[in-house]
Amino acid sequence: MRTGRLQPWLFIGPALLLVALFLVYPSIHTAVLSFFGRPYSARAEGFIGLQNYRHFITDKNMLTAFRNNALWVIILTTFTVSFGLIFAVLLDRVRYEKIIKSIIFIPMAISMVGASVIWKFVYAFRPAGAAQVGLLNAIVTAFGGEPIGWLIERPWINNLCLIIVGIWIWTGFCMVILSAAYKNIPKELLEAARIDGATELQVFWRVILPLLKPTVAVVTTTMVVFVLKIFDIVYVMTNGNFSTEVIANRMYKEMFSFFRYGRASAIAVILLLLIIPVMLFNIRRFREQEAIR
Amino acid sequence: MRKGMMYLALIAVLIASAGVAVLAQQVTMAVLWTGSELEALEKTLIPFEQETGIEVIVESVGRDLPAVLVTRLAAGNPPDVAGLPNPGQMKEFAEQGALVALDDLANLADQPAAFVDLGTVDDHVYGLFIAADFKSLIWYNTKQFAARGYVVPTSWPALIALSNKIVADGGTPWAIGLESGAASGWAGTDWIEDIMLRTAGPDLYDQWVNHEIPWTHPAVKKAFEYFGQIVNAPGYVYGGATGALTIFFGDSPAALFTDPPGAYMHRQASFIQSFMLDANPDLVAVEDYNAFVFPPISPVVGNPLLGSGDLVGVFNDTPEAKALANYLASAEAQGIFCGELGKIGVNKKVDPSIYPDPITAWAASTIAEAETFRFDASDLMPAAVGAGTFWSGVLDYISGIPLMTVLEAIEASAVDSY
Repeated sequence: MRTGRLQPWLFIGPALLLVALFLVYPSIHTAVLSFFGRPYSARAEGFIGLQNYRHFITDKNMLTAFRNNALWVIILTTFTVSFGLIFAVLLDRVRYEKIIKSIIFIPMAISMVGASVIWKFVYAFRPAGAAQVGLLNAIVTAFGGEPIGWLIERPWINNLCLIIVGIWIWTGFCMVILSAAYKNIPKELLEAARIDGATELQVFWRVILPLLKPTVAVVTTTMVVFVLKIFDIVYVMTNGNFSTEVIANRMYKEMFSFFRYGRASAIAVILLLLIIPVMLFNIRRFREQEAIR
Repeated sequence: MRKGMMYLALIAVLIASAGVAVLAQQVTMAVLWTGSELEALEKTLIPFEQETGIEVIVESVGRDLPAVLVTRLAAGNPPDVAGLPNPGQMKEFAEQGALVALDDLANLADQPAAFVDLGTVDDHVYGLFIAADFKSLIWYNTKQFAARGYVVPTSWPALIALSNKIVADGGTPWAIGLESGAASGWAGTDWIEDIMLRTAGPDLYDQWVNHEIPWTHPAVKKAFEYFGQIVNAPGYVYGGATGALTIFFGDSPAALFTDPPGAYMHRQASFIQSFMLDANPDLVAVEDYNAFVFPPISPVVGNPLLGSGDLVGVFNDTPEAKALANYLASAEAQGIFCGELGKIGVNKKVDPSIYPDPITAWAASTIAEAETFRFDASDLMPAAVGAGTFWSGVLDYISGIPLMTVLEAIEASAVDSY
């Protein structure tokens, strides 16, 4: 009997220890730090209560960052999941499926910084008349247009240009997972619907989509969590200038450029709080699914 | 058996080599330099390593040096010696107690007082300047100026008149590029500093640096507006405001050497020469391009000069680290480093013959003889301003945000940071 009670702890003990050491302890430490001001010397502040959090409501950069993160979550998630779904379903009918899927998936294999540098060249600006080194402006001028400063036209064009880079990177990921789920759908179901006279669109909306719903939910929440933490693309391409700031870049600046550990920690806590509901949703869905099985 | 013997031998070799590594004296040095600057540093270190037998392990970490230093300090594992991004951050490290005082270094005696003061916090020297850059320079294409009869301007009205003349001739007077990745905007702050120094004078400049006057002060506003007279004037800038905001600072002066020239003048520090030569290796100093000093604006103030410098600090108090710091402050080391890069030696005994071209030699003597010299203001301000809102503020101003909104935003962060 006694071994029976001890055994589970032996099994999960190492995992619990690692989680405590590398997740719980740093999170709590970060939360504690977020109540402290500047750490040293003449300007040391010590415990300052909620001041770091009040900064979010008063600081314009932070407010821009919140708005942009919302923009990123809505646009990027919508497009990556929809494109992923469309590619997964349509490419299933094409002979060159594997090649095309590989091409769409390749950006996922490139580092975020690498992808950002590539796209910085795509968006590069040179004055009208000079040789356009940027692909996009080369196309625009070839059709007789004026070159555009893609990364400085605030607030919509530049933010969209950055989000497109994210869509380019992550569509492949969504596609691969959704495609795997799609291939798991028994073909008899689709055939039955078609024999009953359903059009292809009806098959998609009434049969395929409901069956894919759990996977779509997982992919969507995964994307939301990814995107809330978005950093690399913005850091490399604009560093948050011209109203493109995002929360994680703000955190990096406060921490590593401005040495405001407390404020950076407070941003980390906010980011964590934003992500928790999404994670909870994910877990609940997972449990529901398990219950059905 | 045989396998066992092999492992034993391998372990013996490992222990032996570890022993050798401990016996040989080592010092680690983290720097933000890459490419030609890193090569120049390695060349500079050869005589030191040969003379002392100390091995210097250079870690090139690139532009993220501040982040690397902060992280390694927090982990209790800083490099022995490090290039510091600027005096402002040096001060923050010194206040944290992270830096070792260098008051007893022999070669400190040969450093000019102005530079020693900039490396001093609370009466102790923490930062050593190993090279300087002269910032108040305007570069131009010599042949184009001669062909079109343009004369080097010696006052602000003459500079504006020349710009207007170039526009009237169908050209674009200025090449301005402020893009610099995560550091975008710094090149614009240099413009503001050069103008502020000449319109408000050195005393007000110092008060501005120390935040004894607010950013909304009329003198600061005036400096931005003077810059606006150039950067926001129609037809003045290669690519207009968009060009200034999106073109990489190192690519910008290449516009001076296209046919026909994309632009005629480029305000940038002495180090830009290496970028111009990278893009156009056939250019010959003086013959193809030259530089003149940013002209005075207010007759009362005269012409104070703006510069900046490369700084090293010591994080671990070991004899090897201090020996390295002392060597880097020597005329010998600076002669090699600056000779390679076309930078200006700080040590007073640096031999003028080391400069690779007449323009650098002229720049070095000009700055040495300067009546008034001031250090790059953004490098002296707290990072949240000098490497934060000042950089982004200049970009915002050029992109059309009202000046007072920009200045109030910088002021808010300054109130928060000093």
